[in-house]
Amino acid sequence: MIDRLINGLFRVYILLAILFILMPILTLVVFSFNINRHPRLPWSEFSFIWYEAMWNDPAMQSGFVNSLIVAACVAVIATFIGFCTAYLDYRFRFRGKIAILAIFFMPPTIPIVILGMVFLVYLAKIGLFGELYSVVIGHVAYCAPFAMALVRMRLAQMDENLEAAAWNLGASEWTTIREIIIPFTRPAIIAALFLTMAVSFDEYMIAWFVSGLNETLPARILAVLQGQVTPQINAVGSVVFVISISLVLVAQFVLLVRRPQGSR
Amino acid sequence: MSIQSEARGPPSGSRGPYWFGLFWPAPSVSWQMAFFVAPLCLLVAITFWKVANFQLSADFTTANWVSMYSAGYFWDAFLYTLFLAAVTTVLISIIAFPCAYALAFKVSPATRRLGVFFLLTPFFTSFIVRVYSWQVILSNDGILNSGFGAVGLGPFNMLNNSFSTIVGFFTLAFPLVILLHLLSLSNVDRSIIEAAHNLRCGRVMTVFLIIVPAARVGLTLAACFAFLLSFGEYLSPSLLGGSRPPTLSVLLVDTVKSGNHWPKASVIAITMIVTLTLILFAAVKFAYHKSPGADRD
Repeated sequence: MIDRLINGLFRVYILLAILFILMPILTLVVFSFNINRHPRLPWSEFSFIWYEAMWNDPAMQSGFVNSLIVAACVAVIATFIGFCTAYLDYRFRFRGKIAILAIFFMPPTIPIVILGMVFLVYLAKIGLFGELYSVVIGHVAYCAPFAMALVRMRLAQMDENLEAAAWNLGASEWTTIREIIIPFTRPAIIAALFLTMAVSFDEYMIAWFVSGLNETLPARILAVLQGQVTPQINAVGSVVFVISISLVLVAQFVLLVRRPQGSR
Repeated sequence: MSIQSEARGPPSGSRGPYWFGLFWPAPSVSWQMAFFVAPLCLLVAITFWKVANFQLSADFTTANWVSMYSAGYFWDAFLYTLFLAAVTTVLISIIAFPCAYALAFKVSPATRRLGVFFLLTPFFTSFIVRVYSWQVILSNDGILNSGFGAVGLGPFNMLNNSFSTIVGFFTLAFPLVILLHLLSLSNVDRSIIEAAHNLRCGRVMTVFLIIVPAARVGLTLAACFAFLLSFGEYLSPSLLGGSRPPTLSVLLVDTVKSGNHWPKASVIAITMIVTLTLILFAAVKFAYHKSPGADRD
């Protein structure tokens, strides 16, 4: 009896915690369809006007396209660097490896407001400020550790003898990479591409500092939030949310569906 | 740098540089040198530069450090930031633990998976948009207050104060801390819990005497993350907290964007990094220090 009561209370507690976490997302989506200018209860009338307003806003359009370009470039570069570092850690042992890995994993632990400022100062000093590639440069170091972690976890599942077998059969080390390592880690590579894309697509602070006039979508949103806010932001936010959650879901799907095939 | 393949390397008879081994560190090392280490070094160097007529020029002056460290508003911001981050860390740890405990011990594996899914969801979705959403929920004519108004309460002032700032920090760190707690709780050996029960240790006593000490490393690391995230966060204090009083992050952005004084902003940034490093170092030391019987690896 008392056990059931306690278990029930714990369930309610979990529900409340998850409700707190989901509340801003739910509110956003619900009020993006509300015609009223001021988002408040009771909900007034269903409408797509904020989505239309967003669709017709040139700053949002260019921000959206910029974000997609940046996210795609970041995904490719960060995943390549992450893959190389994961294989480095998996295969080799040498002095200084710990230092390389420590520096490699440092960027996500530094507050992004500091990273944004650091990149602003540096890129302005070497004349690379204010372009889309400035944002790419700022995002890669921040995203690469996520890609590295995914590939490294996948490599940990690999049978070490696979590589040795390929060498014994006369394959060179490069051939082994192409024929064994890359096929085996493919799900992790694809997942890393989508995950780094999601991280870059959502990143606002570095982008806000270094993009100058070539704002990405989150930088645009931040600029709007600091000035005159319209409920259009609800619609933009819902779209951004749907895109990033899709990217993350694809990443999870690829990892989970493909896993049984490779593991023994 | 000499790179050795592990013992299980291929039979090699070739002479000359080991190109294969030299290739793998190249991307990360070159990229990190050019676009992470060099910027950080510049950040340190720039604190000694001077600004005259809105122009930044190389110099070796301690003026920026002196003027920043003798400014009362800087130390106010510093203490306020420390205070907010500490309060948030304590609150998050206390509130997250029962949730993780329930997920770890009180529900079915299927429910746990669903819970973990919901906890992971916000992790990769736009934080800026969620912060804006809290603005809508908490403002004076916002959703909560219009709900309270309908039953004749309020309006409560829930925006532009420490409360709303902490709500923002929770949005960022709360799901992560629950996940980390859950992870460390699922590593606790179930047999010691059963042993405690068999020895008639009560439910609550078991949690505090057995489970918390056994999961201490994970719990401390989770607290570190909560502190790290809330110490440097900018959107919550500016968009939810109304920038008043400013935190270090708000001060940093203002110094860069409106003040246009990069050397002083760099002093703030370095102070933040050093503070965080010291506090996290102390916390990790505490976590691994004389951890009773929990010496895994």
